[in-house]
Amino acid sequence: MAVTDLRRQPNLVQAIGERIIQIILLVAASISVLTTAGIVFSLLSETIAFFNEVSIVEFLTETEWTPLFATKKFGIWPLASATFLTSAIAMLVAVPLGLIAAIFLSEFASDRIRRTVKPLLEILAGIPTVVYGYFALTFLTPLLRGFIPELSIFNSLSAGIVMGVMLIPFVASLSEDALSAVPNSLREAAYGLGSTRFEVATLVVTPAAISGIVASIVLAFSRAVGETMIVAIAAGQNPRLTLDPTVPVMTMTSYIVQVSLGDTPYGTIEYYTLYAVGFTLFIFTFVLNIFSYWMVRKFREVYD
Amino acid sequence: MSTQERASVNVQPAEAERIDRGAGNLKWRHFKGNILTVLGWFSIIFGLGTLLVLILDVLNRATGIFSGGQNWLTWEFFNNFDSRFAQRAGAKAAIVGTLYTISLTILFAFPLGVAAAIYLEEYATDNWFTRLVEINISNLAAVPSIIYGLLGLQVFARWLLFGRSILTGALTLALLVLPIIIVASRESIRAVPLSLRQASYALGATRWQTVWHVVLPQAVGGILTGSILAVSRAIGETAPLITIGALTFVPFLPRDIFDIFTVLPIQIFNWTSRPQDDFRSLAAAGILVLLAILLTINALAIYLRNRYQKRY
Repeated sequence: MAVTDLRRQPNLVQAIGERIIQIILLVAASISVLTTAGIVFSLLSETIAFFNEVSIVEFLTETEWTPLFATKKFGIWPLASATFLTSAIAMLVAVPLGLIAAIFLSEFASDRIRRTVKPLLEILAGIPTVVYGYFALTFLTPLLRGFIPELSIFNSLSAGIVMGVMLIPFVASLSEDALSAVPNSLREAAYGLGSTRFEVATLVVTPAAISGIVASIVLAFSRAVGETMIVAIAAGQNPRLTLDPTVPVMTMTSYIVQVSLGDTPYGTIEYYTLYAVGFTLFIFTFVLNIFSYWMVRKFREVYD
Repeated sequence: MSTQERASVNVQPAEAERIDRGAGNLKWRHFKGNILTVLGWFSIIFGLGTLLVLILDVLNRATGIFSGGQNWLTWEFFNNFDSRFAQRAGAKAAIVGTLYTISLTILFAFPLGVAAAIYLEEYATDNWFTRLVEINISNLAAVPSIIYGLLGLQVFARWLLFGRSILTGALTLALLVLPIIIVASRESIRAVPLSLRQASYALGATRWQTVWHVVLPQAVGGILTGSILAVSRAIGETAPLITIGALTFVPFLPRDIFDIFTVLPIQIFNWTSRPQDDFRSLAAAGILVLLAILLTINALAIYLRNRYQKRY
């Protein structure tokens, strides 16, 4: 019997009260739509103002970014390449370590180990990013300079590595969820054919969970692209088009922080660049998020 | 079975060799599992080891407990305002600013988040609007926090004329953590069994009476746990508050919610950016305070989760 069948007809006063409450709740739920609309609208309006003064061709083809200099150049590539570089280094750390941890926790570890280790790893994800930035600048960079003498004080290598450590629990947790969701019948069938535990994990369970695993990696990449404080503190403030991980660079997020720290009056070109860069960042992460959402839905194996 | 024997039952030599490699190297096949176990432990220890090194390093810089340096975590640290001289600088304005901002954030985000969750679980029918709201919530959860800062700067600081105030900061953070509260509250409300609602309706309760007197008391544990975790996220956020223009140097306490302000993470960032070693130590002291606050809050969340955990 459905719940609605049991419901008494409310009297008029009650009915009006119920209606008002429902409308209030509906308004609360609409806030999320308004937030998205607010983000898109505020980013777009100032970005349009930016492109009234700077051509979109210059934005996409110029290789220098000097909006705070006397001769202003507005090429997004130095910022975009730095964002890509730091995120790629973070992925090199987070993906192998996170994936192996996920496979180990899901297929090899005992229930007790899993229940102890998972919350401990979650602590890593709960540390504020400004703390990671501090750690990268004051601990990891001096340490790495012992091995790589030409490493600058500010560099994308140490920012990227620390960002990767931060993302290990992110990749591990989401991938472990995907692996655990694979039904046991598949594992038992593989054991029945004489597979070892390693073969079950790598040849059966991992391929079956691949959509969830890829989605977790894409989401982690999106997180790295939008990450701000670690790169703002440890990667430097020098916009340059390079893939050299030992020199100071400036990511899109670092640029937004740098301009925000100064007093930028509304209506100046510097103010508009905030939104042009923010809009580019939003598009990047939005595409990655939609892609991971699509991956999960499109390639999910459905089991009874 | 050797290769010769298998050849006699008409298996091609190449095929036989393939099977043999599998069967004959059973030890190796099992050993690969051991390698993965070792690598798995390595990954976990690498992550947790980094965490441990981070905490010990910060502890040492802040208090000089291992190296015998100066202890920066003193009474003056809590009671002094920021200063150009490290010996006189403290985090009073930042700690009070964090307290004000987060209290206001909870005031905005908690009722809104829970109300939205109630609507989606108890009232919404499966139509385009509900789907739009759900897609929005999952997408908003993945939007970088600095983008929320740009939103707050434009909408709250400029259009609504709130300026670089505590109010702007709290509204921005509230929007940022709203998806976390909604998702946690929805899960908790969904876990309340249908039979309880049916019993309530059978006694003549209206829909809202059922939600308020039956569903919410059952779901309160999960809702509180999720909201506390959202708060701990808000406390550590730096980027959106820098973007809306929270200041880095504030030598006074805010008088009301329209006053300019700073928060602990921004103070830490500011001290970290100064080149002198003494300020780096001050930053470490700030980090210790921040981590201590977060640890307390998370312990509270775990306590609440255990306290209210129900099985049906």
